[in-house]
Amino acid sequence: MLVASFECSETSKLQNSKLFKVFCLVGIVGFGACVPKYRIKAGEIASVWGEDARRIEDGLGILEKSVPALDEDAATLAVEASRNALVYSGISAKEIGAVFVGSESHPYAVKPTATIVAEAIGAAPNLTAADLEFACKAGTAGIQCCMGMVASKMIKYGLAIGSDTSQGKPSDALEYSASAGAGAFIIGSDKESVAVIEDTFSFTTDTPDFWRRPEAEFPSHGGRFTGKPAYFKHVTSAAKGLLEKTGTAPKDFDYVVFHQPNGKFPRMVAKMLGFEEAKLSPGLVTPVIGNTYSGATMIGLAAVLDEAQPGARIFVTSFGSGAGSDAFVINVTDGIVEKRKKGVKTVKEYIEDKHYLSYALYVKHRRKLKSL
Amino acid sequence: MKSGSALTWRLIPNRYRLIGSHCETCKENFFPTRPVCPSCRRKGKMVEKKFKGEGKIYSFTTVQVPPEGFELEAPYVLAIVELSEGPRVTAQVVDCSENDLGFGTPVEMVFRKIQEEGKEGLIHYGFKFKIKK
Ligand SMILES: [Zn+2]
Repeated sequence: MLVASFECSETSKLQNSKLFKVFCLVGIVGFGACVPKYRIKAGEIASVWGEDARRIEDGLGILEKSVPALDEDAATLAVEASRNALVYSGISAKEIGAVFVGSESHPYAVKPTATIVAEAIGAAPNLTAADLEFACKAGTAGIQCCMGMVASKMIKYGLAIGSDTSQGKPSDALEYSASAGAGAFIIGSDKESVAVIEDTFSFTTDTPDFWRRPEAEFPSHGGRFTGKPAYFKHVTSAAKGLLEKTGTAPKDFDYVVFHQPNGKFPRMVAKMLGFEEAKLSPGLVTPVIGNTYSGATMIGLAAVLDEAQPGARIFVTSFGSGAGSDAFVINVTDGIVEKRKKGVKTVKEYIEDKHYLSYALYVKHRRKLKSL
Repeated sequence: MKSGSALTWRLIPNRYRLIGSHCETCKENFFPTRPVCPSCRRKGKMVEKKFKGEGKIYSFTTVQVPPEGFELEAPYVLAIVELSEGPRVTAQVVDCSENDLGFGTPVEMVFRKIQEEGKEGLIHYGFKFKIKK
């Protein structure tokens, strides 16, 4: 069990009042998202396989999903999200001491995506960089790496990205959800943060719910096994662990973000833990962009930070198959008001900027034909 | 465009970050990088310059019959973009069709895949443009 403990002298004060200023050691200095422009409707996919569109939409809670352009991959989405985060933060890329890119669709098997991102944003060469893999939670694992490095003063700023262009086998249930997107977070000291990360807690086991061997083009999954022993067990365990560690309860939070493989699981887990639906919906983007895998929790959190006011408290729990969850308690500071004025493209603006594809064009975009 | 690792590597500052040149003598900007100022010659003093990545459409066309390696992407829009700092560059304009473009349409730089050398070779990345909203 990974337990990062941060000394927060004013934690107790923070629990009793929303009128607080500065507390812990690290936080989010800037953030950005990226969602490709192309979409395909669940109904369009359903019609190809003779499925009932309404049954799919209701069953999965997904109306449409994002599809990458032919020249987009996990690296290009990561670069665009990171450039947005840099503009938002106002810091110089040269001050970034670490770049971690979490993905399960890194463009190369050997050749780090993090090097491409670091070079493209102008952070190279004086920094450390690495790619991370943990199914859909590799991005939040990157946030934790950056938290430790910033808190120990190894680096001034760290950049953690979750980015994926995920694939589902044609006609598999995953085909309705597997989509593309990225979220990037610059972690730095609490004093310049737009949101302070009060604490984090993780829960990890060896659970074979979803996997892909090196030679396989598409992932395999344990069907119904992906639910109870995987997603629900890990998300609830990490969430309960952090609630207990921080002495908080669901009622203390204004927003909650869960990993969102579909539109249904996060709603169910919110109910199980006692978070009201109204706190979940601002960060629930899967119904309109699909499951962006490593990007999912990150984009959900970015959507919340796009609208949250100073003093708001956010509870976040990611999930990665295999399996594990990272939970965070995040408190929005006054600093967010000024930085929001920079006009960085919001998650909502990315969601609304869309162009629909037919299934035929979608097949071309995802190179699902043998000869492509 | 297909090229060895060394050439690809040398072009990274140009392609990834729009690094060009500026002549401190005549104040002119150049993209891509130039070692010598064509106007000032030996009197010129060239320094590295990072372009902002904003510009407007100077001219454009749709490529229907693409060169090798770009078959999947056709039809695509190719344009000459005048950067706000002066130089003109030729690049693809993504996520649009030519019906969305006009002369002077404002565009901004995006980072995209330019070409893949088959399934085993290098992936070349670099700047393209999209319409600035
Ligand atoms: Zn000159």
